[in-house]
Amino acid sequence: MPTTQENWNPGKAENRHPEVTYEEKERLFLEVKNDLRYEEFLYGCYECGICVSACPSARFYDFSPRVIAQAMAREDVERVYDILTEDIWNCAQCFSCVRCPRQNNPGGLVTILREVSIKNGLQESKDALQGYSRVIYKVMLKGNQVSPDMLQPDFFPDWGPWVKNFSENMHVWRKAIPMDSIRGLTDVAWRTDRKTLLELYTIWFESGNMDIIKELDEGLYDLLVEVMEEELEEG
Amino acid sequence: MTELTTVEQILERKSHPVVRDASAAPTHDMRERLFELEAKGEIIVQRVPEPYIEFTTKYGRRKKIPIEHTWHHKSCGHCGHIPGYASSILWLHRQFDLDYHDPTDQTSCTGWNYYASAASNAAGQASVMARNFAAAYETGYFPLIHCGTSFGHYKEIREQLVHSKELRDEVRRILGKLGKPLVIPEEIVHYSEWVYAMRERFKERQLVDMSMITATVHPACHYYKIVAEDAIYDPEIYGGQRTAVVTALLEKLGVNVADYSTWFDCCGFGFRHVLVQRDFTRSFSTLRKIEVMKNEVNPDVTVTHDTGCVTTLDKSQFSAKAHDRNVGIPVLSDAQVAALAMGAHPFRVVQFHWHSTDWRPFLDKLGVNWQKYWDEFQGDLDLIRAGTKSGITWQDADEPINLTA
Repeated sequence: MPTTQENWNPGKAENRHPEVTYEEKERLFLEVKNDLRYEEFLYGCYECGICVSACPSARFYDFSPRVIAQAMAREDVERVYDILTEDIWNCAQCFSCVRCPRQNNPGGLVTILREVSIKNGLQESKDALQGYSRVIYKVMLKGNQVSPDMLQPDFFPDWGPWVKNFSENMHVWRKAIPMDSIRGLTDVAWRTDRKTLLELYTIWFESGNMDIIKELDEGLYDLLVEVMEEELEEG
Repeated sequence: MTELTTVEQILERKSHPVVRDASAAPTHDMRERLFELEAKGEIIVQRVPEPYIEFTTKYGRRKKIPIEHTWHHKSCGHCGHIPGYASSILWLHRQFDLDYHDPTDQTSCTGWNYYASAASNAAGQASVMARNFAAAYETGYFPLIHCGTSFGHYKEIREQLVHSKELRDEVRRILGKLGKPLVIPEEIVHYSEWVYAMRERFKERQLVDMSMITATVHPACHYYKIVAEDAIYDPEIYGGQRTAVVTALLEKLGVNVADYSTWFDCCGFGFRHVLVQRDFTRSFSTLRKIEVMKNEVNPDVTVTHDTGCVTTLDKSQFSAKAHDRNVGIPVLSDAQVAALAMGAHPFRVVQFHWHSTDWRPFLDKLGVNWQKYWDEFQGDLDLIRAGTKSGITWQDADEPINLTA
């Protein structure tokens, strides 16, 4: 079909997700745009590609921080929906892209896009985080992201025979650390006061974080709520 | 005189150290905003305690780095998987009898989880930070952040809090439930800045000659890319074109710091990737970092200053070796190198046994009889196993050793 003024639509992506209405895609786009950080993260785009040249994910995936900045700046609702459902979990969140001469922060835009995706329960985000739930459980409940007992050969087989060596010696190696705050602990990274954990749980409830978890993974939410509510009641 | 072309102008500018002018900085001085908010009664600004040393940051501002009276904001990855990183930082403090506090009233910043999953929000993240800062303020000690992720994350949150009254109000409401005030420190300080500040004093106590060592440096993304104006730059190091921390320490200790072409690349950590999608992490860290270092300068060690970077660069090498890639560089933090230089026990303090990539050739080259210290450490473990010793304490670990004697 020849290009005419009527059908020429520069910078607008085709509709690759017809199962979702344009209105729904627009609603999600506006949720991103109305985030308080949005104005600080996007000033336009020169298409210079400096962000892409610095981006680790662009080297290994079909991923481009430039496309993200462009799509957001053009308010290309269809393309932004593609990004929401296909691209955002490839970002390494290293923020190498902030060397942008226009002062954009594509990594920050991805952060907002991810938050919106999670809050709205998009299936693609649930899939991307499927194996990650146990880490969320750990950090929200114990106040540490990782713990020594995670170092198991079945979880980190690619880290070599050292992992097996560690898991077999974990209890004694952990006692052989001079810091009082971590010596002997295997299920948490450091010793945290009970009062401190109760304060953390209060933050999760008061800030709306628990609602986010409920949208992401209802089973995980039930597990967390059961323990946290019991602890808070006792505390 | 002929007029310089644009390219010639750039080359000329880059031929001499960068002069930083704070009055011409392209970003605001965050501290001024903090003090304005404090004057309005909105926040409490915790002052950097004396003694401190001021250093120049990227755009010429002077940043105060406290030397002692510090509240050690620990890192999940250090304490969970590479404890010699954290114990080296504290061991260095103890060598100079510096007053510090190792708190148990501290949670993770939860930034690793946030960058990995986004399963949180601005109010939640800011409240976690503010709770930790309020806990530090209550003790009178000043936060020293061990983790690069926490450091970058807290700088971002500080900006958000300064710019958004709505967020401040929400965080104050949440903190009110905990009975805590909204406290923001005058400076957000990374431990590697303290190492940078202390490097002369480390040099004075150096016991292990490191002049035969060639090292590469991986600067941590979340240290100097996020809120870039808060990182230390020094005209004596890379002409002020890159952050000075880590490299300045190594040069002070006599290490030959070798450059490599992909220094700006991230390590491949990826937050979520390193835990559940490691094909990316393994590939990037070995193909774009370790193998490039190996091919270009073949270092004895690579040194960095963040949890994720040490973990990723170290642990990813095993599988690359299985594919016959040119890898095999031990990975350490700047604090571990400094502690080793000053005679810290390789296993009781530096805890080499938590590192995967073979570190023995590095210690051999330094002239450290690691087997002797490993045997000594095995003796400790035997006593612990037998129940005659509950664990290693600072009493066992404090004394520096002449490791090359």
